[in-house]
Amino acid sequence: MNKKVFSFLGTILGSALTLVASTAHAAYGLNLKAPVTEIATQIYDLHMLIVWVCLAIFVVVFAVMFYSLYKHRKSVGHKAAQFHEHHTLEIVWTIIPALILIVMAVPATKTIFAMKDTSAADMTVKVTGYQWKWEYDYLDKNVKFISNLSTTQDQIDNKAEKSENYLLEVDNPMVVPVGKKVRLILTASDVIHAWWVPEFGVKQDAIPGFIKEVWFKAEKEGTYRGQCAELCGKAHGYMPIVVEVVSEDKYNGWLIAKAEEAAAGAAGADKEWTKDDLLAKGKVVYEKNCAVCHQANGAGLPPAFPAITGSKIALGTIYGADGKYLPDSHIDRLLNGKGVMPAWKALLNDVEIASVITYTRQALGNAATVDPVVQPAQIKAAR
Amino acid sequence: MSTTTAAHHDDHGHDSHAHPTGLMRWVKSTNHKDIGTMYLWFSFAMFMFAGALAMGIRAELFQPGLQFVQPEVFNQLTTLHGLIMIFGAIMPAFVGLANWQVPLMIGAPDMAFPRLNNMSFWLLIPAAILLMASFFVPGGAASGGWTMYPPLSVQGGMSVDMTIFAIHILGVSSIVGSINIITTIFNMRAPGMTLMKMPMFVWTWLITAYLLIAAMPVLAGAVTMLITDRHFGTTFFNAAGGGDPVLFQHVFWFFGHPEVYIMILPAFGILSTIIPTFARKPLFGYASMVYATAAIAVLSFVVWAHHMFTTGMPVAGQLFFMYSTMLISVPTGVKVFNWLATMWKGSMTFETPMLFSVAVVFLFTIGGLTGLVCAILPVDIQLQDTYYVVAHFHYVLFSGAAMSIMGGVYYWLPKWTGHMYDEKLGKWHFWTTTIAFNVTFFPMHFTGLAGMPRRIPDYSQQFAEFNMISSVGAFALGISQLLFLYVVIKCIRGGTKATNQVWEGAHGLEWTVASPAPFHTFETPPQVK
Repeated sequence: MNKKVFSFLGTILGSALTLVASTAHAAYGLNLKAPVTEIATQIYDLHMLIVWVCLAIFVVVFAVMFYSLYKHRKSVGHKAAQFHEHHTLEIVWTIIPALILIVMAVPATKTIFAMKDTSAADMTVKVTGYQWKWEYDYLDKNVKFISNLSTTQDQIDNKAEKSENYLLEVDNPMVVPVGKKVRLILTASDVIHAWWVPEFGVKQDAIPGFIKEVWFKAEKEGTYRGQCAELCGKAHGYMPIVVEVVSEDKYNGWLIAKAEEAAAGAAGADKEWTKDDLLAKGKVVYEKNCAVCHQANGAGLPPAFPAITGSKIALGTIYGADGKYLPDSHIDRLLNGKGVMPAWKALLNDVEIASVITYTRQALGNAATVDPVVQPAQIKAAR
Repeated sequence: MSTTTAAHHDDHGHDSHAHPTGLMRWVKSTNHKDIGTMYLWFSFAMFMFAGALAMGIRAELFQPGLQFVQPEVFNQLTTLHGLIMIFGAIMPAFVGLANWQVPLMIGAPDMAFPRLNNMSFWLLIPAAILLMASFFVPGGAASGGWTMYPPLSVQGGMSVDMTIFAIHILGVSSIVGSINIITTIFNMRAPGMTLMKMPMFVWTWLITAYLLIAAMPVLAGAVTMLITDRHFGTTFFNAAGGGDPVLFQHVFWFFGHPEVYIMILPAFGILSTIIPTFARKPLFGYASMVYATAAIAVLSFVVWAHHMFTTGMPVAGQLFFMYSTMLISVPTGVKVFNWLATMWKGSMTFETPMLFSVAVVFLFTIGGLTGLVCAILPVDIQLQDTYYVVAHFHYVLFSGAAMSIMGGVYYWLPKWTGHMYDEKLGKWHFWTTTIAFNVTFFPMHFTGLAGMPRRIPDYSQQFAEFNMISSVGAFALGISQLLFLYVVIKCIRGGTKATNQVWEGAHGLEWTVASPAPFHTFETPPQVK
């Protein structure tokens, strides 16, 4: 029996040691990510404090248990004592843990107050969660964009080599200046998401219909990666968050570039596009925004996500006799959404919407005869 | 009145003892032992089914990238794994143990309401069928997590309705079962067995039964609002109609946190039964154990929002729920200290039930301490919805609840079957389970700290090594349970004849009856001094 007890101990220690050994040369740590904000640093320290306290309690308590398991065995001839009460002891082991809790609660309380203080922010960004992408709206800067996962489907399906930041890379990262207090106001358009960047010590649910506030002030330039932390459906694992913390100058340059990009996109709405150009553009837009639900081949995932191929909406009439688009027509569905389908007018520009409509009417096994091509100008007029 | 009863008894006395045989014995059973057996087998079947779903989860997470299942199917696996383990495996297993042991421990001939007892078991079957069949309806099973948060769960297909209906049925079963247990304990104790002389397992179940009666209707309310939001145009959880998605979370966790204790208090009762037996020493601090159990039960109703620290509550709410959650570790600590004091200066032997119990004390404490880490709100901001939480609640629910149940099964199996189980194989089952469990779940603390969210089918490559270790452990853990099945079947079919006493250090009324326990016991109440 003696052996058994030791092998029990040995197992626990052994598996712990193996783990430590095997991870010593792995590329990542065993602890929280290195913090880059004051709050994240406080959280890191708080966590270390609690871990050490818990570890100390654990070691003391189980040293007693294993001593007892070793000494007070029948096989070594130990006779059972018959005591079953000791009031002083019971009071002591109620009071001491309570005191330890107070020691832990004090710094935790301070951090909570600091986390909640969103006042005197240098800038505000509105973050909106969509299934399954993030939208960043720089409120007073007129910069607004969507941030999508940029890892390719081939990497996910193991058909291509996985990139260094597999699943943690986006097409449009959020960019913020270093050393500035950034206030985020969070909401969602469909279901609950959670915006989380471990290095900032920020995790906040984005709740449809409500606005929640958090803040961070990154002290160090760099690229920080997080993920959606609240189950939000099929592609919950595929909506990362990337924040680039840059110098003030670089940030201002980025703002100008973003504004120019948006202006160029809007300008495209005024010219006549060829069908081929629309199809080429539409394919890109479709694969980035639509394929996650309706699938790359347009087959969808019924009943949740209907097929595009053969869809009544994608093949049907768009305009009524009065020259306005019909309810439940292709344009209506794209602009205004319905149920799980987002209202894309807030997310895409005229060129993108027109091209993806044209693409879904003429590709993916469809060949619409009515309204075969939709021009960006038509979308601009329909808004 | 008494004469009619007596006359009735005389007329049909013989018939009432000639119980049906074959299938009808089980379908119509009003016998607490048969119903207990059915509960335990049902729970084991669900344990294996939900375990198989977990194997699917771990197979997909073995490597980065998608190999076996698509994300939507992955979400169905995690959702149903949770729901079935909680409502199909853990809870019915405890009810099964209560059915067998509570009447035997308090010297009652049967449960207070034998027909209700039959009903509460058979209600489980349609609920289980609804849950399992939901995989085959259009759109597949529910995929919004076992917590069913709206608006995501409002988006789901008909499987969500099947799940809600299953939960309603399970709730009725639990409430009926709890009323039965409470009534039995209050009215059918043997003469002389005062409340403060009751075995700890009976005490913990009494308190658990109250928790069930208080918590299950709350869950029923939450899912009923969900179904009316889904189909009848209400907007309880939809801000566009004046509702609030977070309201669901409040109501759900008002049920959900007591539920956690529903799944652990009877486990505490099992430990408090097994440890004194194999330490050959009375339970230390019986009275404080009772008070600690009651304190945990009361506190469990005021800590719910610690599951919602990232929703963005006001400071006052955050502080309240952080403090109340931290406070729960005090009575829980008292329990652990009492078990250690029971072992201290005992005369211990380490048969399989004791091995499980010692391991539970050790591993549950790890789960308790990581729970304390999560209670610290700022730290929880980093850990919420990561693998750290997955590790935490499996240390509590697997190495707390499930392994206590296994220990309890080994402990009482000789009394149920009349045979000793195969001690050597039992120990093999213990060691493989314990090692595989730790290999599976210990690394999850690290993946969680490093930032891996839970409920994702695919992950960034920095998490690859630990996930592979976890998956290997999980497969070993799954296979180990087949050994459990084998040991139990072997014990039913034969083995060394068990004595009435079974264990040298065992105390209590259940050890005064024959092994196997006769179909009817304590028809004349025993006297407790």
